[in-house]
Amino acid sequence: MSKTNNVSASKLHGLWALTNRELKKWYKAPVVFFLTLVQPIIWLTLLGNALNLGSLVSAETLNFPPELMAQFTPTQLGALSQFFQGLSSQVMNSTFGTTSYISFMAVGMMAFTALFTTMFSGMSVVWDRRLGFLNKVLSTPVSRAVIILSKVFSATLRSMFQALIILIIAIPLGFQFGVNFTPLNIIGVFAMLFLVCVGLSSLFIAINIRSTRIETPMAVMNLLNLPLTFASSAFFPIDKMPGWLQAVANVNPMSYTIDGMRQLLIFNTDWTKLVFDFTYVGVFALVLTSVGIMLSWRFLNK
Amino acid sequence: MSEEIIKAEGLTKIFNGNLVAVDHINFSVKAGEVFGFLGPNGAGKTTTINMLITVLKPTEGTAYILGSDISKQNTAVRNIIGVVPQEYTADEDLTGYENIILCADLYGIPREISKKRALELLQLVELTEFKDKRVQTYSGGMRRRLELACGLINRPKLLFLDEPTLGLDVQTRAATWNYVRMLKKEYGMTLFLTTHYLEEADALCDRIAIIDHGKIVVIGTPEELKNSLGGDIITLSIQQNVDITNLMKKIEHVKEVKKENNSYIIKTGNGEVTAPLIIEALRKEGYVVTKLSLTKPTLNEVYLHYTGKSMRDTADESSESVMARQIVMRRARH
Repeated sequence: MSKTNNVSASKLHGLWALTNRELKKWYKAPVVFFLTLVQPIIWLTLLGNALNLGSLVSAETLNFPPELMAQFTPTQLGALSQFFQGLSSQVMNSTFGTTSYISFMAVGMMAFTALFTTMFSGMSVVWDRRLGFLNKVLSTPVSRAVIILSKVFSATLRSMFQALIILIIAIPLGFQFGVNFTPLNIIGVFAMLFLVCVGLSSLFIAINIRSTRIETPMAVMNLLNLPLTFASSAFFPIDKMPGWLQAVANVNPMSYTIDGMRQLLIFNTDWTKLVFDFTYVGVFALVLTSVGIMLSWRFLNK
Repeated sequence: MSEEIIKAEGLTKIFNGNLVAVDHINFSVKAGEVFGFLGPNGAGKTTTINMLITVLKPTEGTAYILGSDISKQNTAVRNIIGVVPQEYTADEDLTGYENIILCADLYGIPREISKKRALELLQLVELTEFKDKRVQTYSGGMRRRLELACGLINRPKLLFLDEPTLGLDVQTRAATWNYVRMLKKEYGMTLFLTTHYLEEADALCDRIAIIDHGKIVVIGTPEELKNSLGGDIITLSIQQNVDITNLMKKIEHVKEVKKENNSYIIKTGNGEVTAPLIIEALRKEGYVVTKLSLTKPTLNEVYLHYTGKSMRDTADESSESVMARQIVMRRARH
């Protein structure tokens, strides 16, 4: 056993092995994988129907008393119905930027699911530490950066996959793409998600790597998840929120992520807004990633 | 061959600026020996190992592993060492084979070589027929063996075994001892092991170091350590009611004689030789020996002599390692 070791010169060796280890826990476990697929279906159908704001102002929901109806001729009724239909599209368009609330919400849901998945995936590092796996990896020639990056990438890949599932499910549920949508826009959407997931998971891993108990990341997650989701444009447009909430939503990177994705998928793309969204999310991701990786690095080099 | 595989020079670790876990220790481990590292909980054992396997950085001093500085050339060190941690680190969701391949990837071993080695190692630890089963289904002993296989994937010159038989049944423990002996004999590997089982240290180790309060209190072969306590103890009683203390003291090898109730406790360098001499001397004087027993000091006594009998405050041990241990124990019971 004293023959020379065959050691690769690459500084990044082990990256795929460690990333794939995380992913295998998910795609090789049939139950976990099945739930991963079912969860967005449930959310989208349940929330999409429960929160179907579009139906509030549509003509079908307006019930006129019969004596009132009797005063109009069928042609007039038809015109009225058209009028209300038009009014409802107007309201929807001015509020949500699209006539289809499910499309509006599905994009919010994509970002929100990515956020949740990123946070949950980051928790595995607590187990790795508690069960001694982290120490074992630290004693191998894998670079410290690779250990951190593998966590970030596995969380990001999982999140992006979840978001893709939502998009695929939303299409038969009535998802309407914007007028200038091209399949290329999908790449932009996932670039956006990639940025936000990498940023958030780097930060989470820096927090989680220091926790010895699973409860700590849980508490941090619960603290951050809801404000990040609901103080954003995920389910409701920002300009219809009360002023103080607008202030929060306007700095929330999730708002910009979601807006950018909507510009690419369902809106009549406003390029200046899109560029601003990308810049905001990009800077946010860059700062969080650098801080997160630096903090994790420092912890691993104690 | 007396090549030094490990050479620690003033190795020190201070946590948070004031907690001295390891305090300027010096020792060396020779090529091809099984070196036992003993000590109570919280004595600095794990911290020392973690520094040697480059998981922690020394605060002061350093150690050389085959000439490479653990704090500077850590990649060189990591490539030549193997680590078998006390926890079960194998991934439960993966199969045994996949776990070994994962370890191989961490060392950057090309797939065509790692596949062959994985199969060889599975054969070695007798897990070939379970290789495609998930680790979840493995027993504690099987997991231990898998950990051992993972630790050998890079063909290390130096293998660290952290409490290799913790929570194992007698059969698996015996099997583990055999693996250790085989690695030493057939592969000329140097092994550095920690254990709380002193009969294990006695049976396996060529040399032993006892660490307490961050310092090495004694180092030597098990025989040397036992002899350092002053040798064997002969306890005897005679029929006659006479004080034979002075008679005993004149006998060769006898170091100390104490009378306790009706029996004499005699410390001697070499019990097997001294006992017949004592009987002979007493017979000449016409005394009749009614009872005689010979006790050799065990490593247990050595250990307690150097580390004291008081139990270690478990608060010293970080809650993390206590938890990890609980998990290990729980899994070992499956």
